[in-house]
Amino acid sequence: MELLERFAAGDLEAFEVLFRQHQKEVYAWIVRIARDTGIAEDLTVETFWRIYKHRTGFKPDGNFRAWARRIATNAALDHLRHARRETTLPENLPSAPRPDGAVGRETGDSIRRAFQELPAKYRLVATLALVEEESYADIAQAAGISESLVKVRVFRAVRMLRKKLNSLRPEVIAK
Amino acid sequence: MSNEEIDNAKELLKQAVTPVQGTELRRDLWPQMLRKLEEQPLPIHHVPWFDWALASLAIAALLFFPGIIPALFYHL
Repeated sequence: MELLERFAAGDLEAFEVLFRQHQKEVYAWIVRIARDTGIAEDLTVETFWRIYKHRTGFKPDGNFRAWARRIATNAALDHLRHARRETTLPENLPSAPRPDGAVGRETGDSIRRAFQELPAKYRLVATLALVEEESYADIAQAAGISESLVKVRVFRAVRMLRKKLNSLRPEVIAK
Repeated sequence: MSNEEIDNAKELLKQAVTPVQGTELRRDLWPQMLRKLEEQPLPIHHVPWFDWALASLAIAALLFFPGIIPALFYHL
């Protein structure tokens, strides 16, 4: 019996093989959304727990990678929904160096705060599309929505950000 | 809203919220996964809610309309 068939039938060893094959990729996807290594690890485990829980719904001839990524995106989205008002954007991650023309600290804080206040579903697409520069097609597949809806959400997220920044620091938008 | 505005927003955002680098997983999460499976065992026979609803309807039908029982046996 093939690995995916054994997994769908509830074989724990097959699940372990799949876990070890895909955990790095799932983690790398989640950490881009959650932006915290500890939370990303927990969400990776949560993702695989959901995968195992819903294994009977998986068709063995289907794409496990895409299915896992969609479940990971939903787990990360659930986290953003619950953690939105309780936490601030963590800064403990290795990130790309800021460009020379980087905004000042105060302005950066305002932008981060405005970004933090975006509704979870808009923050998800804004993070992936605008910060991580993932393609709309990949985001659409991972979130289980159409590409045009991704585009709409990006537009709305930008509009909401501008509105929030206008009220926080009008000079940021004036540039 | 134009693509130019999206690009401007992207540049502004990326200066405050920089892309994540070093996204590699530093440890094996399988032991943590096993602990979670032990702590929250999955129900062995997970029955969807609509199956329970159908079963309830069938029982209610048998209770309130016992006349259908012979017909049921006939079809079985």
